[in-house]
Amino acid sequence: MNLFNESRNKISTNGVTKKNLSIALAGQPNMGKSTIFNLLTGLNQHVGNWPGKTVEKKEGEFQHNGHTIHLIDLPGTYSLSANSPEEIIARNFILQEKPDLVVAVVSAANLERSLYLVSELIVLETPLMIVLNMIDVAEQEGFTVDAKILQAAIGVPIVPMIASRASGVRGLLDYFDQFIEQKLEFFPKLPQISADHQHVKEVIDQLIDGFVPEFYPKNWASMKLLEGDPEIYDILKSVLPLERWETIDDILKQHEDAGLAIASGRYEWIERNIRAAVNRPKLGQVGLTDRLDRFATHPIGGLIILAIILGLTFWLTFTIGSPIQEWMDSKILVPLGTLAQSLLIDAPTWVTSLVVDGVIGGVGAVVTFLPIIIIFFAAFGFLEDIGYMARAAYVMDNFMHWMGLHGKSFLPLFLGFGCNVPAVMGTRVIESWPARILTILLAPFVPCSARLAVIAFIAPAFFGANAFLISWGLILFSIVILVIVGVVLNLIFFKGERTAFIMELPLYHVPNLHSALLLIWQRSLSFLRHAGTIILMMSIVVWALSEFPGGDLETSFLAQIGNFVAPVGEWMGLDWKLTVALITSFMAKENAIATLGVLFGRTEEFGLLETISMTYSPAVGLSFMVVTLLFIPCAATVAVIKQETGSWKWTMVNIVLMLVVSIGVASGVYAIASGLGL
Amino acid sequence: MHRSFNLFTLVDLKSGESAKISALRGGKNLNTRLSTLGFTPGVIIYMTHNYGHGPIIVTVRDTRIAIGRGEARHILVTREIE
Repeated sequence: MNLFNESRNKISTNGVTKKNLSIALAGQPNMGKSTIFNLLTGLNQHVGNWPGKTVEKKEGEFQHNGHTIHLIDLPGTYSLSANSPEEIIARNFILQEKPDLVVAVVSAANLERSLYLVSELIVLETPLMIVLNMIDVAEQEGFTVDAKILQAAIGVPIVPMIASRASGVRGLLDYFDQFIEQKLEFFPKLPQISADHQHVKEVIDQLIDGFVPEFYPKNWASMKLLEGDPEIYDILKSVLPLERWETIDDILKQHEDAGLAIASGRYEWIERNIRAAVNRPKLGQVGLTDRLDRFATHPIGGLIILAIILGLTFWLTFTIGSPIQEWMDSKILVPLGTLAQSLLIDAPTWVTSLVVDGVIGGVGAVVTFLPIIIIFFAAFGFLEDIGYMARAAYVMDNFMHWMGLHGKSFLPLFLGFGCNVPAVMGTRVIESWPARILTILLAPFVPCSARLAVIAFIAPAFFGANAFLISWGLILFSIVILVIVGVVLNLIFFKGERTAFIMELPLYHVPNLHSALLLIWQRSLSFLRHAGTIILMMSIVVWALSEFPGGDLETSFLAQIGNFVAPVGEWMGLDWKLTVALITSFMAKENAIATLGVLFGRTEEFGLLETISMTYSPAVGLSFMVVTLLFIPCAATVAVIKQETGSWKWTMVNIVLMLVVSIGVASGVYAIASGLGL
Repeated sequence: MHRSFNLFTLVDLKSGESAKISALRGGKNLNTRLSTLGFTPGVIIYMTHNYGHGPIIVTVRDTRIAIGRGEARHILVTREIE
């Protein structure tokens, strides 16, 4: 292919004397971009969503030499095509919001591929500099990269960094200084389109001249048309006169191979630029990643490793988390309730009840799960950061295929064991919409830590020494149900629709502790925010239902509801008390225990567990545990399902689905168990 | 090319074998995703793991990528490596 270089002086004059500077961080996934963002902004960052999209938007600010630098973390994207919402967001931000500087993060260990995004960014007007990250990972795999030679070849400033060890930040800030002082030089050597397509591009340039929306450079728009970009195609189709458009459309049809040629051209540009700068590992030298992957991605060995890692994660979560949870419950919540009671001694009884039972009892119970969730998130985040999670997705791919999903759906589902809320949000990694919807529908079937706590609490009442076995059996049982539901939904609604499974397996590397802790902090904050809003609201509603009209639970609205749906409860062997406990688990799953505590608490002679075991048969207990595991998602999960699907229809489908499955399965279990004489 | 060359799809490669990509035969969408990740005609591709079932792992441009077998069948390769 005939390529040539052209230099373009891109020294920028705008934004230089300003006190405020806006810088966009761009980069492919797994380049350590977030670590750099966290290093620069610390706690001074805001996490939200891009307008109208379920794509996370991270912004932050920091002061440097009297300048306020506003940093935007663009979504990680492999290119600037229009294949995903992330890519459209990243490119539209740069083109429309016009940041003063774009910093592209590339990995020294994946230099060729990570420069692909640079080959697209460099043709845009916005000044560009490059952070050459993961020098240490490159060395571990046998590569060395000379940043100076690379800088001379590409013609934009390049800073070497090891972000995971916070090394190179000084150099990056020095470059920011030079940029502010207008001393930074940009002589980017641009990738060129091959000669045979150059002519076609010029024709298109002329045809679209004067019609391109203002923030899209004409040159760029014609290139994207040739690449077959669906977004630019639609935009130009809508603004161009019909005749002109038909001419263009004909040209594009004749040159459908142009997209591939353009991508090849970009890679040739990359190959030429890195040739002198990169030293490759000697032939036969096996890097750390390949050595570990011999086990981690083995069809049998990989599953065993995954099982061990999952087992350890659960063990760690529950051996450390559960005692803290119980401690918080008995040493903080109970005294807090007593304190509130003594402070509110002169207030009307309903106020005391609202504060003690409604707020402290409801929200407090959820908050005590924070330690369990933090530990689970920390373990998950660590596995993700070192690069293992992609391997887990890979070895699970075969199983996920039964449900018409692929390996990537395993990650959010696994997250569900901690809490279903992040699981539903975690489905964002899945590119195809049907696969994402299906994963969202299945996510609430994963028994979260709150439901596991209910099972762990109730099982001993009925099964004594066998409680542990029964609990594990029930968890496995609910996973089997998940798979069956997935297979059926896929056959009926999604018609076995398959999407391309293409996933990068990142190089193993040591993560940055600071960045990891920041992530846990953010996730915990967002969990607490949920607890403070949705769960607080629901706690008050349920409290009101249990308090009014008479101030007595047995005649309350809640009991009336319980009596109303009692016939359904009977199928499962549940009386109105268990039915009410089940209904209140909608607010937060662990409420099932709290409600039983309230309902049986008045006739205190035995402990709650003894009372329950004397009142109900093991068959009832089993049925109650099954329906609790599979019952409709909790309020917080419902809220997040609505947020992620953007549709009440899918939210209702999910609720009805779980209602039907849980009642059906529990009725079946009850019939079988009582038939066996339990 | 003067000598006879053999055209395979990517799934025909065994673990440890290398080949050269000769063409992408997927739809426009798949081709764009693949070429972005470095699967362009002419590039050398190394089969890291192919267990005969399930997705394969290949190394292309120093990047390890897992691909479903269905997708891999759209990637034509030739064993002709000069």
